[in-house]
Amino acid sequence: MADLERFRADTRQWLEQHAPPEMRTTPKSQDEICWGGRKADYPAPVMRWLAVMAERGWTAPTWPREYGGGGLSKAEAKVLAEEMAKLNLRPPLTGFGLSMIGPLLLQEGSEELRREHLPAIVQGKIRWCQGYSEPGSGSDLASLQTKAVRDGDVYVLNGQKIWTSYADKADWMFILVRTDFQAPKHNGITFLLMDMTSPGVSVKPIKLISGYSPFCETFLSDVRVPVANVVGQVNGGWTMAKALLGHERTMIADAFKERDDRRKLIDLARKHLGEAQGRIADPIARDRITQLEMDQACLDLTLARSRDGMKAGHKPGPETSIFKYYGTELNMRRRELMVSICGPQGLGWEGPGFDPEELKMTRDWLRSRGNSIEGGTSEIQLNIIAKRVLGLPD
Amino acid sequence: MDLVLTEEQEMLARSAREFVGGRSSLRRVRELRDSGDADGFSRQLWREMAALGWLGITIPEAYGGAGLGWMEQMVVLEAMGRGLMPEPFTSTVLLAANALLLGGSDAQKQAHLAPIAAGERIAAVAYQEAGSRYDAHKVATAATRSGGGWTISGEKIQVLDGHVADVIVASARTAGGRDDAAGITLFIVAADTPGVTIERQSRIDARNAALVRFDGVAVGADAVLGAVDAGGALLERVLDRARIGLAAEMLGSMQAAFEMTNEYLKTRVQFGVPIGSFQALKHRAAKMYIELELARSAVMGAHRALDEGRDDATVAKLASLVKARCSDAFVLVGNECVQMHGGIGVTDEHDIGFFFKRARVAEMTFGDAAFHRDRTARLEGY
Ligand SMILES: Cc1cc2nc3c(=O)[nH]c(=O)nc-3n(C[C@H](O)[C@H](O)[C@H](O)COP(=O)(O)OP(=O)(O)OC[C@H]3O[C@@H](n4cnc5c(N)ncnc54)[C@H](O)[C@@H]3O)c2cc1C
Repeated sequence: MADLERFRADTRQWLEQHAPPEMRTTPKSQDEICWGGRKADYPAPVMRWLAVMAERGWTAPTWPREYGGGGLSKAEAKVLAEEMAKLNLRPPLTGFGLSMIGPLLLQEGSEELRREHLPAIVQGKIRWCQGYSEPGSGSDLASLQTKAVRDGDVYVLNGQKIWTSYADKADWMFILVRTDFQAPKHNGITFLLMDMTSPGVSVKPIKLISGYSPFCETFLSDVRVPVANVVGQVNGGWTMAKALLGHERTMIADAFKERDDRRKLIDLARKHLGEAQGRIADPIARDRITQLEMDQACLDLTLARSRDGMKAGHKPGPETSIFKYYGTELNMRRRELMVSICGPQGLGWEGPGFDPEELKMTRDWLRSRGNSIEGGTSEIQLNIIAKRVLGLPD
Repeated sequence: MDLVLTEEQEMLARSAREFVGGRSSLRRVRELRDSGDADGFSRQLWREMAALGWLGITIPEAYGGAGLGWMEQMVVLEAMGRGLMPEPFTSTVLLAANALLLGGSDAQKQAHLAPIAAGERIAAVAYQEAGSRYDAHKVATAATRSGGGWTISGEKIQVLDGHVADVIVASARTAGGRDDAAGITLFIVAADTPGVTIERQSRIDARNAALVRFDGVAVGADAVLGAVDAGGALLERVLDRARIGLAAEMLGSMQAAFEMTNEYLKTRVQFGVPIGSFQALKHRAAKMYIELELARSAVMGAHRALDEGRDDATVAKLASLVKARCSDAFVLVGNECVQMHGGIGVTDEHDIGFFFKRARVAEMTFGDAAFHRDRTARLEGY
């Protein structure tokens, strides 16, 4: 306990000394959130913050030191997070490396793959994207058709991926390919790591209803990937894919647990709907806001319960599906409510008559419609709960 | 404090479930209802519960209790909820014992808590009136000073376990107008005091409740619980604790109804397959499961706050959070479970109807979800 308190004091002092003051604020736009990578082009304080944190391995606090991580215990990592929160510090780095492929490599990767990729993730040098979905294979992911044929010590890849988030900005892709066309669909899939600069890879951005363009089509034509880049077993990729989806759903749910929108909803309602005797004047909006915040509080308690359960040694169960389902539905309700509270001021796309905050809110609402689709749709999460938890028959 | 049960609490939960499973079947609940039993619960079972220490879990040892925590009481209440036990726990322990603990003088605590923990005294709290709905501060029953004491007149409705209570804690107006939060005083009245009439009421869930009339009931100055005119705030604190406890009981009931229904989904065959293979039902079952998990987190969070001795404002918000959540969830589960049983679900013969009816009563006990959302917004200052 005393050690932990010393760690807290040291950490706080170090953070105060090394964190650029600009990093002690909420990011003003998406462009200030650091995903790293070879193409990284962020304001100087963002890059400096990444560099100092990465040097200590504190971009990945609990990863082992031998792979460049911080080597902190769970308790220490919690202290670090708390001290960062107290100083209102931004995370120095985000992305699929830290949240998805890194944890999977730690669990399942060969020693060579860990040594090659984990330090580069910690340092923010390599940005990753996820090549799962294909035009004909969305919810039914296991039906994927991208073909990998062995040629000596490489696989030759042909096919198409779609909805690949940030494929245009990423350096590497973790990708699911079919290595056996005869086997039942779940048993012929292999999980590979692919350099996006390999000859034969091309990407084409797709625009979303929000106007943002965060994802792409990825075309693969005779792309050569070393056999050494297989994670797990050849034809055992489905197991890897599912393990990684667990990490992905936790990440998506985590993204919706911050509460800094909380007062925003109330302030917004005061501004647009007015007040009567200290209350939001529109009783229906007031009730909807309260309902939402109470649902959020229950989700937060459920997240805390799950964390405490893990700490006490409970096996991770189907929580991720609950969090993915409920967290995304809640976020979508929140965005929708914000726009309806704003009324006509929530209808702006760009230009005069709308302030930047209103425009951002509207774009965020449009973006949120993808929440219940990405990472496995809400319907798929309910299927999983019905099958795995409730044991209902097919 | 972490949101997980300790090993001891897990053990207590298991033994409580076993006890309820063995001693209180739904058939017993049905027989109590159908036989027109004068008490509407089992005095024998009540004594057994006392012997197990259940009635005094949160009562300090100095007053004859076990001095344990709310988390311990939570797992016991959940077990009682599974069996829909009609024993007078909500009235005697959740309401009356807490009223005494929070507002009582040492003499009052000495006089009542030990007999309550021992199962020798049943106590009710009479606060609801015709037209007061969920606002415990709407009090028309009046107490006026007379001699050294007070005279109480008025009528209370749906007083939980009123017809079997030995003592009644009643709210009465001692100052101000009917809707004022201030000017309310709580009194401890023996049920056999002249001028008290008690008439049993019959509600959809067959749980016990009564009309309690006070017609010029004379009590001494020592009958006042807490301070004169300050009973409104005290009552609110008592109700918050009762809300949290009731939510744990509701959680057990919905869990049992849900499990019963999930079993039915696997066994009832139509079109040659179990009805649980239909996705229209699967998704609704999965949503119920999510609601149950969220309700459980809220119940645990609220009980933890009490064990951690959080301030009244925090407890009040959590009480509203958990009561709103469990009210909505239980009603949803009740409705869905009846629907998923088909025709048998709307027969009196099938047990699922008991849960369905209980859901509605529990929902409206100590405020429904809409009431608690409004209260939350008020407490949050918007
Ligand atoms: C913002 C965003 C980012 C994404 N990023 C990536 C990425 O980086 N990498 C990647 O590989 N993919 C990514 N995806 C793709 C995502 O995983 C798929 O869109 C998703 O799995 C659904 O597949 P689909 O779009 O083909 O829809 P479909 O599977 O065709 O589904 C259409 C509808 O049918 C329903 N449905 C399908 N099957 C069932 C069933 N069995 N029971 C009930 N209902 C069913 C679905 O719920 C949905 O409502 C992203 C998607 C979005 C929106």
